[in-house]
Amino acid sequence: MSKRNVTILVIAPLGLLLASMFIGRYSLDFVTAMQAFGLRFFSIPADIPDTVNSVLFNIRLPRILMAMAVGAALSVSGASFQGMFKNPLVSPDILGVSAAAGFGAALAIVLDGNAALIQFFAFIFGLVGVALAYLISRVYRTTPALMLVLSGVVVSAFFSALISVIKYIADPFQKLPAITFWLMGSLGDVAGSDLLLALPPIIFGTAGLLAVRWRLNVLAMGDEEARSLGIKTEILKGFVILCATIVTASAVCVSGIIGWVGLIIPHVGRMLVGPDHKALLPASISIGACYLLVMDNIARTAISAEIPLGILTAVIGAPFFAYLLRRTKGGWQ
Amino acid sequence: MAAISMQNGCFSFGERTVFDGVDLDILKGEVLCILGANGCGKTTLLRCLNGTLRLKTGAVCLDGTEITEMDIVSIARRVGFVFQEHSAPFPFSVLEVVRMGRAPHLRFFGSPSRKDTEIAEKVLDMVGMLEYRNKPYTQISGGERQLVLIARTLAQEPDIILMDEPTSHLDFKNQALILRIVNRLAKTGMGVIMTSHFPDHALLYSDKVALMADGGFVALGTPDDTIIEPNLKQVYGIDVKVLRIEDSDYGRPVRICLPSSI
Repeated sequence: MSKRNVTILVIAPLGLLLASMFIGRYSLDFVTAMQAFGLRFFSIPADIPDTVNSVLFNIRLPRILMAMAVGAALSVSGASFQGMFKNPLVSPDILGVSAAAGFGAALAIVLDGNAALIQFFAFIFGLVGVALAYLISRVYRTTPALMLVLSGVVVSAFFSALISVIKYIADPFQKLPAITFWLMGSLGDVAGSDLLLALPPIIFGTAGLLAVRWRLNVLAMGDEEARSLGIKTEILKGFVILCATIVTASAVCVSGIIGWVGLIIPHVGRMLVGPDHKALLPASISIGACYLLVMDNIARTAISAEIPLGILTAVIGAPFFAYLLRRTKGGWQ
Repeated sequence: MAAISMQNGCFSFGERTVFDGVDLDILKGEVLCILGANGCGKTTLLRCLNGTLRLKTGAVCLDGTEITEMDIVSIARRVGFVFQEHSAPFPFSVLEVVRMGRAPHLRFFGSPSRKDTEIAEKVLDMVGMLEYRNKPYTQISGGERQLVLIARTLAQEPDIILMDEPTSHLDFKNQALILRIVNRLAKTGMGVIMTSHFPDHALLYSDKVALMADGGFVALGTPDDTIIEPNLKQVYGIDVKVLRIEDSDYGRPVRICLPSSI
């Protein structure tokens, strides 16, 4: 990776984070915001209105950090899966994590669960869905990429059907809108406590993926070749699936289902730093964080109501992907 | 002691026996060429030799140690495999592909160091591909790709290299180029086992030849002893004439094979 790219990829997320603090319906001036930060983190005395404190630290900062964490999480697991499956069209929910998490959330909603229970169910079912896909794929005792993808499709279809069942029996005035809204994805209700819950697993899983990122290069050459180079492919694949699933499930259980990010961002990363996963994974983290933060800024400020984030990423993401296809003439070479 | 050997090897896919009663061994510095018709089990034999497939009965030994008792990391440090069919989904650079050969020498969470990169550059230079180091691996020719794969195998620093039809899909010049490199590697003390469809390659470039047909070796020995007309007829099922050419620049009379006209 060139020095210029590294600089951009480090500075862009930090700059966007800072800028996003000032975006929103409650307008803040720079000096007040700096004083509020000084008071909060360095105990520099200043006279700050409660509203400013509340907007900055209870609403905007958690939401901004969460948007960045979710964007980074989906992108890094997408990039890892694309390498592992030797297929640039794979997204992080290829093994059914989103559909299964969606079912968990829908189930918790009809059971009158509070926000914590919805998150807990989404997370657990996300893990269960991927575990199922992994077990189904092991009919040959190894896990060829094609079998994994097929089992993922099976698991996704199964849990999508279960989501439909729950929607069908759910109370159409209270529960059904809540389920639908959850499935569209949003960061509107993120609080500081969500960050404390979701960040540690996202950070651990991401660290795991970063640690084996060079081996993803070798794995992308195919199972038999990787084994002839001394790579224990079953262990490595299991590790990548475990890390990517923890990361994705932690993101999805807070944000709901946000499509396209994990598919597109790795492509943008490849255009910028090339296919070497040693550079691609860190680049995907940075670009994904920036992308979802910008999307979420639009989601919360573009119109007077909140736009579901999942809709926005798809509406902007799909044309962007089409543009990429044109730009790269359909190939990734 | 033999660098790699197979004793009484038998392999089957389910009910179908691919080969049975196969014995072979090579010393460091030797080139063994395995000849045989399409589908006779040459590739399967190679895959048994690096432990990818398990023999049904018999044993493969590396320096006297049975391969089933070694893990794939220690096998990969001693046996390199140059694959025949190859497609890469991502346009990794040539240098990156060669660096992958360092994998058996790195820890699970490790990645190549400056020293590994130097080794990768050294072996790229050995096969004459150093100037291609930054080119995308997907955009070079088939012959160049074969050279890169050989370099990657050399980066493993193995004692034995197994090559599955290293000259397939290559033009005349590149075939000669690859086989000369194979011979040069053997001179540095590496053992090479390769499969080929060309008896001429075995005659010109190998120390030992195994002719494979009907689930076993028809003949195993020096090229002069094994590549004779009756053996070729048995392996390929057509009449072949072996010609002797006196005025070559090989410094010795060489023999080449000519298939009959009908």
